[in-house]
Amino acid sequence: MTDALIIGDKKIQNRFFTGTGKHPNNALIPKLVDESGVEVITVALRRVDLNNPEENILSYIPKKCVLLPNTSGARNAEEAVRIAKLARACGCGDWVKIEVISDNKYLLPDNYQTAKATEMLVKEGFVVLPYVNPDLYSAKDMESAGAAAIMPLGAPIGTNRGLQTREMVRILINEINLPIIVDAGIGKPSEAAEAMEMGAAAVLANTAVATARDPVNMAKAFSMAVEAGRRAYLAGLGPVKVDAEASSPLTGFLD
Amino acid sequence: MINEKDFLALLSPAAAEHLELMAQKAHQLTNQHFGRTIQLYTPMYLSNHCSNHCVYCSFSVKHHLMRKKLTLAEVEKEAESISATGLRHILILTGESPKHSPVSYIADCVKVLKRYFDSIAIEIYPLTTEEYQRLVDAGVDGLTIYQEVYDEGMYSKLHPQGPKKNYHFRLDAPERGCLAKMRGVNIGALLGLEDWRKEAFFTGLHANYLQNKYLDTEISVSIPRIRPNVGGFTPKFDVNDKSLVQIILAVRLFMPRAGIALSTRERAELRNNLVKLGVTKMSAGVSTEVGGHSDSEESSGTGQFQISDERDVEEMKTMLYKMGYQPVLKDWQFLNGEM
Repeated sequence: MTDALIIGDKKIQNRFFTGTGKHPNNALIPKLVDESGVEVITVALRRVDLNNPEENILSYIPKKCVLLPNTSGARNAEEAVRIAKLARACGCGDWVKIEVISDNKYLLPDNYQTAKATEMLVKEGFVVLPYVNPDLYSAKDMESAGAAAIMPLGAPIGTNRGLQTREMVRILINEINLPIIVDAGIGKPSEAAEAMEMGAAAVLANTAVATARDPVNMAKAFSMAVEAGRRAYLAGLGPVKVDAEASSPLTGFLD
Repeated sequence: MINEKDFLALLSPAAAEHLELMAQKAHQLTNQHFGRTIQLYTPMYLSNHCSNHCVYCSFSVKHHLMRKKLTLAEVEKEAESISATGLRHILILTGESPKHSPVSYIADCVKVLKRYFDSIAIEIYPLTTEEYQRLVDAGVDGLTIYQEVYDEGMYSKLHPQGPKKNYHFRLDAPERGCLAKMRGVNIGALLGLEDWRKEAFFTGLHANYLQNKYLDTEISVSIPRIRPNVGGFTPKFDVNDKSLVQIILAVRLFMPRAGIALSTRERAELRNNLVKLGVTKMSAGVSTEVGGHSDSEESSGTGQFQISDERDVEEMKTMLYKMGYQPVLKDWQFLNGEM
């Protein structure tokens, strides 16, 4: 099946994205990539340590992966822009996932600051993937500012509560002409599959993988679920009905 | 959700019978919020000049301790030694002496240290919001300040002279740090000075208040037990290992996303056992002496207290990996430097 996701100049086959935070050992990451076939990996610049190759997270990400540096820790647009530029200077490439969070309680992204950062970073030539609260109008603003994809949350980060924002994400999928990548809150492979069945372009999950007893196998499970959900979406799901329904109850006599 | 009354119950003698159950839940919550990671840092003493008389502290003005303040060249030498171990987060400390270690001196030290580290926290005397702001602008991103003892009567007894007598100016200091936009604020009570159940309860209430009010500041809690010091102050209130564990677990259950810092005041074996119970930050390669990271001498006699866990950064990393934990040496990035 040739069904690549195209973002910027990259063709991505595996639509399950994951992260590097919360892992018990960075050395797990190459194995996780090999076994699950994950291609896109997000990494927080705050954890990139060029002075310390042995502990530097970048040393563990296989070269074949697409690096998606994120601006974790940014509390406003200016901080996000600075972090993105530092990431590029560190050799992390042109992609950036904008994360602007000033609320440690719910870890909800600040859409206004995120839209501002999107505008600034697109002008600087970045491939910008903003992490957002699924709101149609801010997503439209980011689309017209030149974002490469929109990353709405399924539930607050790290909560493993699944696709709580289902209806809002569905609206983004219908109305925004960009890949919609569901990020955050997805706790189970079945929830990732559900997002893909709805027409999400990809799913990113980190906590659910990194804090699993066996992160490598969990990444594989997510990959498979995302692929299954994608296939179901492409195959066209049948309509959902309340009552059972025979094929042609009223006009069957005509057959 | 666990409320304040539940937190009190978790600190009670009745809850002490259920530590294993509390530990299971604390472990799971910590894993969910932080993953199996421990952030490493080390303290660096800039000066031990002090105008206070805290009866439990070696730096007290009453004690005949060798007094020392690092020159900027010495600060740089310390920075070189510490950064060679791979650490990127440091905590700088001074005694309370605006004369010997004024805010301008601390800002000058930070300018030097920024070239070596990615996160600089301060543990100094309480400042005004404007002074904290000045240090944030210089590159400081974290504030550690312990109330020492929340019981006001006991506080007066233990701090009979010096500017530290002002209980409320110290109590409000963490909040001023939040207002000055510190990224992290760490508070605690020095355990052993009063009934630990009471002190741990007030520490938790204080931390929870800050966490709910200042959503963009990462609040953490330290649980320091008093250590041998010059002057030979003996703690009146016993805080045994079991009590320490109960405090850590109760704090974690009450505040699932708060940081919990554990210093080398505790012995190596106990620290290893506490890794899985909710701790998120540990110090490594520690010296409480002024210039202790680069001084070749065994001891200059300038230390604040005796540490217990003397392991260096490599040994701490090895221990954490062995336990299935990732040591995190860098978790922030300076943004206000040159690009």
